[in-house]
Amino acid sequence: MAMLSFERKYRIRGGTLVGGDLFDFWVGAFYVGFFGITAAFFALLGTALLVYGAAIGPTWNLWQISIAPPDLSYGLGLAPLHEGGIWQLVTICAVGAFVSWMLREVEICRKLGMGYHVPVAFGSAILAYVTLQVIRPALLGAWGHAFPYGIYSHLDWVSNVAYQYLHFHYNPAHMVAVTFFFTTVLALALHGSLVLSALNPAKGEVVKGAEHENTFFRDNIGYSIGTLGIHRFGLLVAVNAGVWSAICIVISGPFWTRSWTDWWAWWLNLPIWN
Amino acid sequence: MNHFGRIVLAGLASLGLLAGCGERPPIETEQLGYRGTGMEENINPRLLAALVEKNQVPASLPPADASGPLASEIYQNVQVLKDLSVGEFTRVMLSMTEWVAPADQKNCTYCHNGENYADESKYQYKVARRMLSMTREINSTWKTHVGQTGVTCHTCHRGQPVPEYVWFTDPGAGRENSFVGTRAGQNSAITGLGVTTIGHSSLPYDPYSPFLLGEENIRVNGPTALPTGNRSSIKQAEWTYALMVHMSNSLGVNCTYCHNTRAWASWEESRPQRSTAWHGIRLARHLNNAYLVPLTDVFPDNRLGPLGDVAKINCSTCHQGVYKPYFGTSMAKDYPELQGAKAMPVAAPPADGTAAPAAGDAAAPAATAPAPAAAPASAKTLGATPVARVAPAGRPIG
Repeated sequence: MAMLSFERKYRIRGGTLVGGDLFDFWVGAFYVGFFGITAAFFALLGTALLVYGAAIGPTWNLWQISIAPPDLSYGLGLAPLHEGGIWQLVTICAVGAFVSWMLREVEICRKLGMGYHVPVAFGSAILAYVTLQVIRPALLGAWGHAFPYGIYSHLDWVSNVAYQYLHFHYNPAHMVAVTFFFTTVLALALHGSLVLSALNPAKGEVVKGAEHENTFFRDNIGYSIGTLGIHRFGLLVAVNAGVWSAICIVISGPFWTRSWTDWWAWWLNLPIWN
Repeated sequence: MNHFGRIVLAGLASLGLLAGCGERPPIETEQLGYRGTGMEENINPRLLAALVEKNQVPASLPPADASGPLASEIYQNVQVLKDLSVGEFTRVMLSMTEWVAPADQKNCTYCHNGENYADESKYQYKVARRMLSMTREINSTWKTHVGQTGVTCHTCHRGQPVPEYVWFTDPGAGRENSFVGTRAGQNSAITGLGVTTIGHSSLPYDPYSPFLLGEENIRVNGPTALPTGNRSSIKQAEWTYALMVHMSNSLGVNCTYCHNTRAWASWEESRPQRSTAWHGIRLARHLNNAYLVPLTDVFPDNRLGPLGDVAKINCSTCHQGVYKPYFGTSMAKDYPELQGAKAMPVAAPPADGTAAPAAGDAAAPAATAPAPAAAPASAKTLGATPVARVAPAGRPIG
């Protein structure tokens, strides 16, 4: 891939977190870096382990392949390779690859003198994953509480874990998380459509700028959050979606064992009417 | 406030939220299915300790001599326990006193006329006689549900003349007619039935009348992923869910105790406990119709419900929040007197109109447990990943 004319001046050495100049170079458009190497290593190893797990499993049907965690009886110890050990190695690889990718983003930010907003945002997704697969199982005392790696099987896990608490939609943090997810999608759709409506006008119309965008929403709802503000807002709601997902699952089990409907008894028990 | 302060504040708020849940690690867990299926029971040992405390069996009286003259030859008006020796008969009477009408409830004279113990004038006497027949029927012909554990009077009564967990028809259920329309027996988390039955959810709060008194269809979900003629409505599903939440509350277990929720209807993927529960539903229905409803006229008005109906049983009546009453401890094994009339053959469970539990019938719980599957997924069944791992029978959870 040809390098764009203005790119060279940003491609400067330094800013690495570990290893100094080691791997501090680009391959085509991609910055490599120490964490690029570790990300690739973990991603390839993890994928290979998943394929191995599928090979010793009963099916090659892509929907049904499932790499399951160990039985609860193994607790937080190591399990034999064919009884959850593959799942444990894959999980190590996944966390390694995700965190490597985030740290590679940090290094790129440092090279460019930018803020760490992107790795922080990505970190909220990693937090949700690590909470599901590491933190909550550790709090409950067994890796077997984590979800299996499989297209259908992880959905079946979601169904059963939800029904462990009878009705997961009553989980207050789940409510908040779902609301943030929908709000994120709505905000992104409104923001994207607003920008396109200004920059892609009908044939014969001139291209419009921020004042038109602001005016649209002032006319529409009486307020425009502004061109910078909409991105702050987007980051806020999107990161919260991930964070509240993590909260909603970590409280299910370690901090609440009963039906989530029963949690709302505090409302019925308020001294106002009780 | 600087960034750091905000992060600390957010952290404190999160901790506050966790504290608001009121539970904390360590939590005990029990695996109910193949690894990775998410079929698990979560048990808070602090809550469990309180439940164990509440569900202890009382000490049994020493065994009675089975030889000697029959009670029916010595006493007058013995109709149910005719086959017992005088010693056994007396032992049952003394035990019943402790189980149902202890000292603060007047002991023997709670049921008997102190002047003439054969006198039938007290309603309690007539009720107790039917209850003895009922207990014997449960222990002898409903082993599909009670197994070898069996029941005694104490299983339900726990030292009280009226068991703590009984139900009456709710006068409000589905009968409101207001400006905003009928609530159709739903959305009442704060009425008595709303709390005890459906755990504060918005489901119909009287699933007992259709399912534990009537014989409405419970299994309403379709057998196929795409619609192929199942006419059941969401409303019907809500009634089914209400019954299921009642069972969950009564047994102190979650849905995965019986079901693999990816395929509720599949007996192959369900745990064997589901077939026990299937028989339990029929047992409660049978006892309500065969024993309790016919006693309606025997009870005085103050023992009847707001609509004049008799107190009826549901799953809570025996289970009292525990997956097996008394966590599986058998009281009845100490009471051969309550196992059924001597020399009485063990009858087959009553046939059910739509789906008798015959082995090999895919629509009914086969007597055999689901295959103890270490193996996930036959590639033929779409999405049939892990099959339930069978827990050894009688294995206590937690």
